[in-house]
Amino acid sequence: MTSVTGAALSASLGASVLAASAGAVLPRRIRPVAAGIGTAAAGAAAVVAGVAAMTGRSWSAWLPELLPLAGVRLAVDPLGGLFIAVTGAVAVCAAVYGVGYARPADGHGGHGLDGRTVQAVLPLFVAAMLLVPAAASVSTFLVAWELMALASLLLVVAEHRHRESVGQAGLWYAVMTHLGLVAILAALAGLAAAAHGESFDRMRAAAEGMSPAVRGAVFVAAFAGFASKAGIVPLHVWLPRAHPEAPSHVSALMSAAMVNLGVYGIVRVGFDLLGGGPRWWWLLVLAAGAVSALYGILQAAVATDLKRLLAYSTCENMGLVLVGLGAGGLLVTADARPLAALALTAALLHVVNHSAFKTLLFLAAGSVLRATGLRDLDALGGLRTRMPVTTAMFAVGALAASALPLGNGFVSEWLLLQSLIGSLGEGGTITAVTMPVAVGALALSAGLAVATFVKAFGTGFLARPRTPQAEAAAESPAAMGVGMGAAAACCVALALVPAFTVPGLARAVQVVLPGQDAVAGQVTLRLAAASSTMSPLLIAVGVAVAAAALLALLRFATTWRVRRRARLWDCGMGPMTARMEYTATSFAEPLQRVFDDVLAPETDVNVTPLAESAYLVDSVSYRARVGDRIESRLYRPLIAAATAVGEAARRLADGSVHRYLAYGFFTFTGVLIVLAVTR
Amino acid sequence: MSGSTTLAGTVGAAAQVVLVAAGSPLLVGVMRQVRARLEGRAGAGVLQPWRDLRKLLRKEAITPHGTGPVFRAAPLVLAATALVAAGVVPIATTESPLDGAADLFAVTALLALGTVALALAALDTATAFGGMGASREMTVLALVEPTILMSVFALSVPVGSTNLGAIVNSTLHEPQRVVSPVSLLAAVALAVVVIAETGRIPVDNPATHLELTMIHEAMVLEYAGPDLALVEWASAMRLTVLLGLVANLFAPWGIAGADSGWVALAALPLALAAFAAKVTLLGGALAAGEVFMAKLRMFRVPELLAGSFVLALLAVAASFFLA
Repeated sequence: MTSVTGAALSASLGASVLAASAGAVLPRRIRPVAAGIGTAAAGAAAVVAGVAAMTGRSWSAWLPELLPLAGVRLAVDPLGGLFIAVTGAVAVCAAVYGVGYARPADGHGGHGLDGRTVQAVLPLFVAAMLLVPAAASVSTFLVAWELMALASLLLVVAEHRHRESVGQAGLWYAVMTHLGLVAILAALAGLAAAAHGESFDRMRAAAEGMSPAVRGAVFVAAFAGFASKAGIVPLHVWLPRAHPEAPSHVSALMSAAMVNLGVYGIVRVGFDLLGGGPRWWWLLVLAAGAVSALYGILQAAVATDLKRLLAYSTCENMGLVLVGLGAGGLLVTADARPLAALALTAALLHVVNHSAFKTLLFLAAGSVLRATGLRDLDALGGLRTRMPVTTAMFAVGALAASALPLGNGFVSEWLLLQSLIGSLGEGGTITAVTMPVAVGALALSAGLAVATFVKAFGTGFLARPRTPQAEAAAESPAAMGVGMGAAAACCVALALVPAFTVPGLARAVQVVLPGQDAVAGQVTLRLAAASSTMSPLLIAVGVAVAAAALLALLRFATTWRVRRRARLWDCGMGPMTARMEYTATSFAEPLQRVFDDVLAPETDVNVTPLAESAYLVDSVSYRARVGDRIESRLYRPLIAAATAVGEAARRLADGSVHRYLAYGFFTFTGVLIVLAVTR
Repeated sequence: MSGSTTLAGTVGAAAQVVLVAAGSPLLVGVMRQVRARLEGRAGAGVLQPWRDLRKLLRKEAITPHGTGPVFRAAPLVLAATALVAAGVVPIATTESPLDGAADLFAVTALLALGTVALALAALDTATAFGGMGASREMTVLALVEPTILMSVFALSVPVGSTNLGAIVNSTLHEPQRVVSPVSLLAAVALAVVVIAETGRIPVDNPATHLELTMIHEAMVLEYAGPDLALVEWASAMRLTVLLGLVANLFAPWGIAGADSGWVALAALPLALAAFAAKVTLLGGALAAGEVFMAKLRMFRVPELLAGSFVLALLAVAASFFLA
């Protein structure tokens, strides 16, 4: 208990509990401030603990009296430390932001977010997310996992009095998260039974000797459970419902920290506890990742609800991370270890990058929501003059999310691409077929991400306001600006000098794949497995120098010094109104048309003729909706079938006591017969 | 790397930036002149784009109502990214000191950043034309991306690196590789990409006057004076860089390689002349081709791009199965 890691983690958990009690007992006036400061302190301590673990200061503890029967077993290695540090950093930003976000704005916002439930549960949610990567036994892990699920569920439904859709979202989330828990429980329980022990050390040692069938079943069940938490298609359906309906700082915590733990689970179980597996495991992971990346970003590209767009973008980015994990596993089976290490490093760096920019984007979206009451991009616009800070913050996040140079998303996607294209010659025909397809999926998702975030930023924040609510928007309180600013600073640091994360990431990868460092270099990134290099800092400096030189040149070459204001080109028809602007829907229309077969949009045109003649049109109403096709095609029939079975089962219970006694009798006799035959 | 090689590389990089900056309007002039002659017109001469730029620079700068900092900064970002790309791409030398800073992925992404800046500026004007242009440009960009990355993939496999200098050097040492199926398929795929990225026929028509059919022109409709000059100049530079990229990836002869000492420095003028000749030839061919073609309908463009993606995919497959 003397190590830095342990002390900081204990301090963090202690601060969370203090913050939760402050949220539960303090009066409403000071409640958000006290709970927010406590949660931010917990997050900061967690960052210290995580970074300490990533520098090699591992820590473990056994507290036998804390939980009956099994006790609590904790261990923080560099891999867990990475996820603890990321969760802590997100928690700091979200907690500071939450202090301002809970304060009611004029007219909207607030929504009772300073109530006891939210303020007390939020720190507990953070604590649970910190415990998951620190757990070192099945029982501890599952308790932390379920605590995290329940706390987040309570937070998702926090605003259920204000919007009808919150209840639905909460229901979907509750069902999906518990189905996921069942899968994880089955997998880990099966593994523990086969290993004759429930501590991770025991399982790690015993995994080698297990039969391939048991290992495969454990992996598939664990993968299904963890993938549903990470929002991987087709288990993603809860995510685009729950993340938008949660209060925005909770959305940030869920989308930037909680989904990561799904990735953590896959790495921990697949690579660490089971010690890797056959090729088909990783092909499964890779395929799920590629499908998720494409489907997620396609839905995001046509979404008009800003927070729904961000939620689908989470599906995309988690898909990219899984592509990296799948490629890494595949390369391990092909014995190309340096490349495998590169793929895993890229995947973990993308987790970090995604957390940074998704925190920022959700917090900025929340700032817009609080100021306008709107999430619909078609109704927003013109926020750049009204909310300059939020606009700048969203711009930084959008640049990162669209994976263009000068943004941090570019760095990890570049590493991921390098690992994929390097692996063409490794592992025979299977990799030669899968890697080009994976690169194609990655490239299309990167291209669509650019279009998506140009749409989100261009129609939501630039141009002119499309509704009075957007017109009346005002900048958010300073606490929210500070929360967003911290996330933006992380994005900029990760974009310009990503090398500072490399030693920590290398240690995290070495937990599951002992070997050399995959990435080297301070300013220019050099790869151990390929001779490609790239320097984000030099690119940024180059662009800045070129822009400065051009400004100087322009100043020298032009004669006029004052810019004249002039009318826009309106084809001579008179001033243009905001109704003539392109909306987010119209912006995405070409893409929607190109991907018509995948998205299957529903359009509904209703023409009402005049009473006098069928040829004279009185009014036309047009309605277009792009639903989630997987939800309607896969889940609706399942729900309908389950409902039908439930209805049918009601006939079994008609209230007659004789019948119930007969059930008991026949079941008992049946069991006896079975026992008699089998024994 | 010896000191004089670094020197030659630095001088070469500076020379190629200057060449692209000064020569790209001339390339546009040549292309317009070729087109005019083939269409039976006299043409305005190859210097006309430079005259246009001079005229625009002397005009007053205009800020349309309701536009903000994004609109003002976009031409600068567009031109700055094009200049950086001109410094990185092996135009005259494979030893540019910036070569290690940005590989082929980074160069194409950097050019995409310029496009994004322009699309945001178009949305910022809040006009229907601006939105229309931005929406179409982003659709094309999204669909071009898979072909770009796949062609890069195919080209990098034999070399083991995506760094441009490495790819070009390896082609210089093994010239027979140019006629391999991998290289030919990737060249066709990349050519389609270049046409789409630079907004030439059949994807976009740079000479159109009808707003409804515009892509690039619709985005820059609100720019005037020095801002427009910057946009036009940057577009010409992007065209030159992309054509030069294709030329030197598949026919790198004449470029100053990794020779030691003053030989490299002496090879620079020859390299610059060779580059100018190659790009003029490619640009002339492109312009001649445009005379015989009409612009595709917007929703037929994805089919063209899907076709180029398949070619690139075949190139990757060939690089593995034929190697």
